[in-house]
Amino acid sequence: MIYGGGVDVGSTQTKAIFLNDRREIVGRALIGTGANVSKAAESAFLTAVENAGLPREAVGYVVGTGYGRYKVTFGDAQITEITCHAKGAQLLFPNTRTVIDMGGQDTKAIKIGPAGEVLDFCMNDKCAAGTGRFMQAAAECLGLSLDEIGPMSLRGQTPVRLTSVCTVFVESDILSYVAQRKKPEDILAGVHKAIATRTISLVRRVGIEDEITFTGGVARNVGMVDALQAVLGRRVNVSAEAHFNGALGAAFFALERAERLAAEQGAAAPA
Amino acid sequence: MATAVTVDKDRKYQSEVNDHSKRIMTEYSDQLARAAKGGEPAGFLMISGNCVEILRAFDMHPVFPEVNALQLAIRKQSLPMILKAEQMGYSSDNCAYVKADVGMLMSGGYGPQGTIPYPSLVVCNYVGCNVYVKWFEHIAEFCKAPLYMLDIPFLREGDAPSQDDITYVVRQLEELIATCSRITGTPFDIDRLREVLALSARAEEGWSRAKELCKVKPAPFDAYFDSINMMGPINVLRGTTQAAGFFDFAVEAFEALAAQHKGPLAEERFRTVVEGPPPYPYYRNFRNLFSAWGAVAVNSTYSTVGGLWEWGFRHDPRRPLESIAEQMLVENLTNRSLTARYQQIRRYVEEWEADALVIHSVKSCRLFSAGQGDMREYFTRDLGVPTLLVESDLEDPRYYSEAQMKNRIDAFFESLEHRKFLRKDTGGKA
Repeated sequence: MIYGGGVDVGSTQTKAIFLNDRREIVGRALIGTGANVSKAAESAFLTAVENAGLPREAVGYVVGTGYGRYKVTFGDAQITEITCHAKGAQLLFPNTRTVIDMGGQDTKAIKIGPAGEVLDFCMNDKCAAGTGRFMQAAAECLGLSLDEIGPMSLRGQTPVRLTSVCTVFVESDILSYVAQRKKPEDILAGVHKAIATRTISLVRRVGIEDEITFTGGVARNVGMVDALQAVLGRRVNVSAEAHFNGALGAAFFALERAERLAAEQGAAAPA
Repeated sequence: MATAVTVDKDRKYQSEVNDHSKRIMTEYSDQLARAAKGGEPAGFLMISGNCVEILRAFDMHPVFPEVNALQLAIRKQSLPMILKAEQMGYSSDNCAYVKADVGMLMSGGYGPQGTIPYPSLVVCNYVGCNVYVKWFEHIAEFCKAPLYMLDIPFLREGDAPSQDDITYVVRQLEELIATCSRITGTPFDIDRLREVLALSARAEEGWSRAKELCKVKPAPFDAYFDSINMMGPINVLRGTTQAAGFFDFAVEAFEALAAQHKGPLAEERFRTVVEGPPPYPYYRNFRNLFSAWGAVAVNSTYSTVGGLWEWGFRHDPRRPLESIAEQMLVENLTNRSLTARYQQIRRYVEEWEADALVIHSVKSCRLFSAGQGDMREYFTRDLGVPTLLVESDLEDPRYYSEAQMKNRIDAFFESLEHRKFLRKDTGGKA
């Protein structure tokens, strides 16, 4: 059996996925990235090894992705998360043509072709507005956890209008609404709507084409899924694997290479 | 899918021509330093569509504050100057070229203690940018120097200026000549100007020929990064024997490289056209991000900021003031409309057979960067040219984020490579 490993070292969390040659997920890991990026990559890999019940050397090829991809020192190659998210989304939803990836510090809009190849992409520039970090700041300001804000936002009846989606200034904006005795669910509905609106303007730059697949850690937030669909006026695909999507794409590329290497070695072996 | 190749950070690109450029530009800097100490006459100009030939006809040292600024950035000395200007009250959103130069002036960089002579005359030859107009007004005010402000009508549509536009600029050039004559105490000699213009035309011919050679595969030099080393000779030293000789040398060197099928990299995997100035504080880092992918620029718009020579325009000694006026009006990138810029890039992509367009947008210059989002869409959607838009700054190191830059550049070339691979796999149908 041939295995490929993908390690996605994001700004907030590090994800690892192993695939077998039937393209099935056989191991995974999710840990906080923290300050020691190399260590996080190594830990995620070892946890996934344990989770898969495989010896470490069974994983024939490892691809690192994410901002910390060059810290995956044990990896065989590095590929950007843009390419990996495109492939991951196409594996999960083969008719995907537009990928919206929302991570801890950036949001990406990726236009892809039928083979999962990147045709165009856009990202937020030097500003964490409208990313996972922004949502975290909003949650902290209301004394809530990240897991709570999505479901709570769905209960909002009259979303507030945020004057800014700046991660730094969101706090003063929210506090002013709290002072006005606005309900937390209405404030959160406003937060999600503001992010969705900003994200869609990014997506429009690459062109919106069905099917749309939403990936990254923020895709776990049901409020964000709902807000995106409301602003888009159409359905978006969300997989239970959305958070691992980048690692999945990386694992796929790793598996492809491991198979190619095995075939080359097989061809080179004496008859 | 292949990944990026490692590039030696200290590698030298086309060192022969670049070394020659460096040598004559160092001589120019040394001349300025001597002029600063000796109090020799100096005229300040802007790069954009400049009329350096007129200053040369009066033996005035031409000084380009933009060059002062970019040299500070390349030497990684721009930030203290920028901060100095901000402490004086210049906004953080203001053009960092302006702030670096003003900070340098205020730190004693001009005059006998510094390396740049005080201006005998400040010539604002480009009025398309209000910030630049204010910059030159400030220099004139700080140095108590006379200011001559040329009004160059912006070329809003079409490729040709009207005869009225040319006459309007020629009249102003005549006033400028009278001003230079008064300041230097030297009578105007039209034959001297004609000699200077003939040298300009020789350099322009060489520059144009060199850029034409980049149509060869592989291109013998990088028409963005290496062109920047040639922008000193063409924009600053134009009208001198040094500049004319430099381009004779460069063309010969590039012709030899083209004949040997040698480019600036071991392998030319992608041919790009580049729009926008480079991030000078991280110039080499930025270049290495492209070199790592085997990406070579085969043409660039930034190299035409001072003048646009590749469509055949030359300064003409038989029509001295008219040809100077034409260059200032139309034969330079900055005085042309955004749609004219689109068409320039389109020709570069088509005629130089580029795989992609790279736009480097700079925070400092909203005038030049405005519309680059639409430009990206025009090339990507309307023309199907893969286009990458990255952003930082040409002068202020605080706006350069290597990790973000690398991520976008790597992803872009990964996608180009993947698509090349798919096309090969499907016999060119993908």
